Amino acid sequence: MTGTHPLILASSAAQTTRELVYWVLAIASIAAALGMVLARRAVHCALMLAIVMLSLAVFYGMEGAPFLAFVQIIVYTGAVLMLFLFVLMIVGITAADSIIETIRGQRLWAALAGIAMLVLLSLVVGHAAIGPPAAPTAKFGDGNVTSLANLIFTRYLYPFEITSALLITAALGAMVLAHRERTAPKPTQRELAARRIASGHPTPLPGPGTYAQHNAADMPALLPDGSQSELSVSPVLGGSEPDSPPALPGGSPMPERSGSVAGSLSAGSQEAGE
Amino acid sequence: MLSPAHFIALSVILFVIGSVGVLVRRNAIVVFMCVELMLNAANLAFVTFARMHGALDGQVIAFFVMVVAAAEVVVGLAILTSIFRARRSASVDDANLMKY
Repeated sequence: MTGTHPLILASSAAQTTRELVYWVLAIASIAAALGMVLARRAVHCALMLAIVMLSLAVFYGMEGAPFLAFVQIIVYTGAVLMLFLFVLMIVGITAADSIIETIRGQRLWAALAGIAMLVLLSLVVGHAAIGPPAAPTAKFGDGNVTSLANLIFTRYLYPFEITSALLITAALGAMVLAHRERTAPKPTQRELAARRIASGHPTPLPGPGTYAQHNAADMPALLPDGSQSELSVSPVLGGSEPDSPPALPGGSPMPERSGSVAGSLSAGSQEAGE
Repeated sequence: MLSPAHFIALSVILFVIGSVGVLVRRNAIVVFMCVELMLNAANLAFVTFARMHGALDGQVIAFFVMVVAAAEVVVGLAILTSIFRARRSASVDDANLMKY
């Protein structure tokens, strides 16, 4: 037969390879799908879904759909999964599902429903007459793209055009939905300056550690009169303990804090040296 | 010898796993991913049937399913982000304003 794709060519070695690829990827994709349902973190779910989609792309290639195999990789694994990961980054990468059931017995009933569905679909598929594949033609090999284009632009032209309208609508809808309305007018530079004067601190706040013993970020600055400025330390850091006086009577010259810092630094360098 | 039944069986298993995920998971994004898994399983069945019958119509349908799924993901994720912005949560349990 002329124009047969080499993958479809029925030689025993090719058959064995096909079976090997099928079983490896089928087990991998089922395991990944199960992992997607069971993984608690949404990012892990997305990565598992990527495995399933890539395996499906290989299956499409095996089933005589090289165009769909590439579309699967480009559209699904490339675009759709990237979109999922993008939204996951917005929502929060550490967001994990709670393991508390909000509906009592929900997991049990869901598992039962899943088993029932599996039995139902297996019965249907078992009763259906699934014959051997049709004789390989060029439509499922090198001529796949041309044949698909012939079909899309003749018999499926109207669905194709409607699809383009759907895509435009979806893009517009996403822009409208993701747009955030400004609830207050944007402050002008004059308003910002007035707000700054009214706050009582027209100048920038003092930096931490100014005139203090060392310039750690949590070390309050010393003002010219020797007092400490609480404004110089970010409230997130808690202001830390007050700086030790410059001359300790008979004690260790180093405050305990800096000693621990030095200890951790030396420990770090030891780890780096190992 | 690989027959189309192998691929149909795999498609059935993936579809069932996806539907169980939709029922079980509470994070709306993960629910979306499970819906995508179900769509992919259906696509695999379409491609397999196309190969079985020797006609390309199944592949064209699978192609349209992919396009519609992409549009669905775009709009769905936009809705999810706007819900998350309003309610600071992506859980399907927290969107209950219209509950009677």
